Amino acid sequence: MSLSTAAAASRSSILQPDNSSSRRRLRRNVRKLPAVLIIGLLLVITVYPLIWLLLGSLKTQSEFLNNPSWALPENFLNFDNYVQAWGDGNVGSFILNSALATFPALAMIIVFGVAAGFALEVMVWKGRGTVLLLFLAGIMVPGQMILLPLFTAYFQAGLTGTLWPLIITYTATGLPLTVFMMATYFRAVPREIFEAAAIDGASIYRSFLSIGFPMVRNAIFTVALVQFFFIWNDLLIALTFTSGSTVQTIQVGLLSFTGQFGVVEFGPTFAAICINVVGILVLYVFLNQRVMKGLTAGAVKG
Amino acid sequence: MNSVLGDRRAVLVFIGPALLIYSAIMLVPVLWSMGYTFFSGSVITGFTFTGLDNFTRMFSDPKVAEALVFTLKYAVILTVGQILVGYGLALIYVFWLKKASSLVRTLVFFPAVLPTVAVSLLFQKMFEVAPQNGLVNEVLNFFGAPSVDWFGSAGTAFLVIVIMDIWRSMGFYAILLYAGLLDIPEDILESARLDGASGWTLIKGIILPLSLPVLLSSLIFSINGTLKVFDSVLALTNGGPGSTTTPLTLYMFRTAFSYGDYGYGSTIALLLTMICLLVTVFIFRSSRRDLTKG
Repeated sequence: MSLSTAAAASRSSILQPDNSSSRRRLRRNVRKLPAVLIIGLLLVITVYPLIWLLLGSLKTQSEFLNNPSWALPENFLNFDNYVQAWGDGNVGSFILNSALATFPALAMIIVFGVAAGFALEVMVWKGRGTVLLLFLAGIMVPGQMILLPLFTAYFQAGLTGTLWPLIITYTATGLPLTVFMMATYFRAVPREIFEAAAIDGASIYRSFLSIGFPMVRNAIFTVALVQFFFIWNDLLIALTFTSGSTVQTIQVGLLSFTGQFGVVEFGPTFAAICINVVGILVLYVFLNQRVMKGLTAGAVKG
Repeated sequence: MNSVLGDRRAVLVFIGPALLIYSAIMLVPVLWSMGYTFFSGSVITGFTFTGLDNFTRMFSDPKVAEALVFTLKYAVILTVGQILVGYGLALIYVFWLKKASSLVRTLVFFPAVLPTVAVSLLFQKMFEVAPQNGLVNEVLNFFGAPSVDWFGSAGTAFLVIVIMDIWRSMGFYAILLYAGLLDIPEDILESARLDGASGWTLIKGIILPLSLPVLLSSLIFSINGTLKVFDSVLALTNGGPGSTTTPLTLYMFRTAFSYGDYGYGSTIALLLTMICLLVTVFIFRSSRRDLTKG
């Protein structure tokens, strides 16, 4: 629509007699009601399944069989399911495996990805556009396309049954998005800063460590957070390389966990899922704004 | 100065490790995987050269057709669902809840960061029928309807997958679109309101056309992600009942690891990659500006 007609129309609406203020207040209150209902509905839809999960994890087997599933647990301090899941269900060691695969991969992604982003965006060289495009192509490649050769390679290198395949593969699959995001963040840093540093005699390594790195420190943290979620929640790669072995990650373990306990024993299954959810929840409580910003910035990955 | 910012050895030091790992673990395997399409067998049984057999087999395999149809159906329905629900939420955030929406936005986003496996198992329990009724069937019974065996037939199993994935991702798309809606200049909205536009007319006449770019990029992100659906289907229905909810990704996984046929698995993976490539080319054609904004 054109602005001139809007302006003309607004002038005519000002000329008309205004509504009385009491009617407006009433209308505002009535208008608030649906908003309250919507908030309530949204919260129920989002939060209730999680509360149901939490309550379920505190129930005994007989409660599951005799009470309706929405009933509250009879004893809120019944943590037997957690003990059983953590110990007999191996959830404790699954989580340790996940951590041992996630954090080394995360460290390498950040170190290599930030350096590559710096080289691609701040430094001047021939072919950097092509290399950036090469990295971008990696965002789109489905994991299925690289699994089989990697499985062959790891098998022949004797790495199957260790965490190395996971660490290496996560590092490589995390790099494209990291390089892309870091290049974007470095683009926002004024080039003059690096040029001035160069004129003042700083070497490029000094520029990177004392200027570039500190200026994108916040962005690095955001990217690390995004990559953490991708790696921690991954199923495909973990399933391919650790299924059936002693180094299963929490996601693979949880999947086989239900195969083992699921149909017969509800409590430990609920507790195991709950452990997986609560860890993420704690992280989210403290860092939610950053997580939301980071994940939407990484939406290219789909 | 140029000798510092253009130092070739430093470029190599900075980009070398990333490029090396990326090439060795992603680029080479992609080419290697393409090579596999001309063979059959696996690393354990050994490979035999079969020429183009895998391709002729793929084009006449009813299971590939079924998986392809499922993948496309899932991608289209989920994309439309995610965008519609997300857009609805974003509109509610901006125009209804306004400043109070912060807590709601944060809470509704939360399922997006949860592990897919955990969410899938939770939904399995919620939609359970045997040995115990889950939450959903209890609600149905409460209203006098009989229990439904959700995972017993293809249609209802598909419905559960869609409901779950929309539940998981609606908060995410809401934020993505919310950011786009905030970019609409306040004075345009104000003048439209003074003009008498409100509610549906305001959305249709002003907001929708102005948020078209962000809608388009969300649409493409969503298609690109949903084509690769794997986790949620594997953990929720395991492709069943039968193979009715098996997407290409899962069929490829089964072919390679359950039946030990790497060649045919790679051929299916190549088909999937081609589809994703087409979508990605479309991304760069239509929304390059939004992409580089990060």
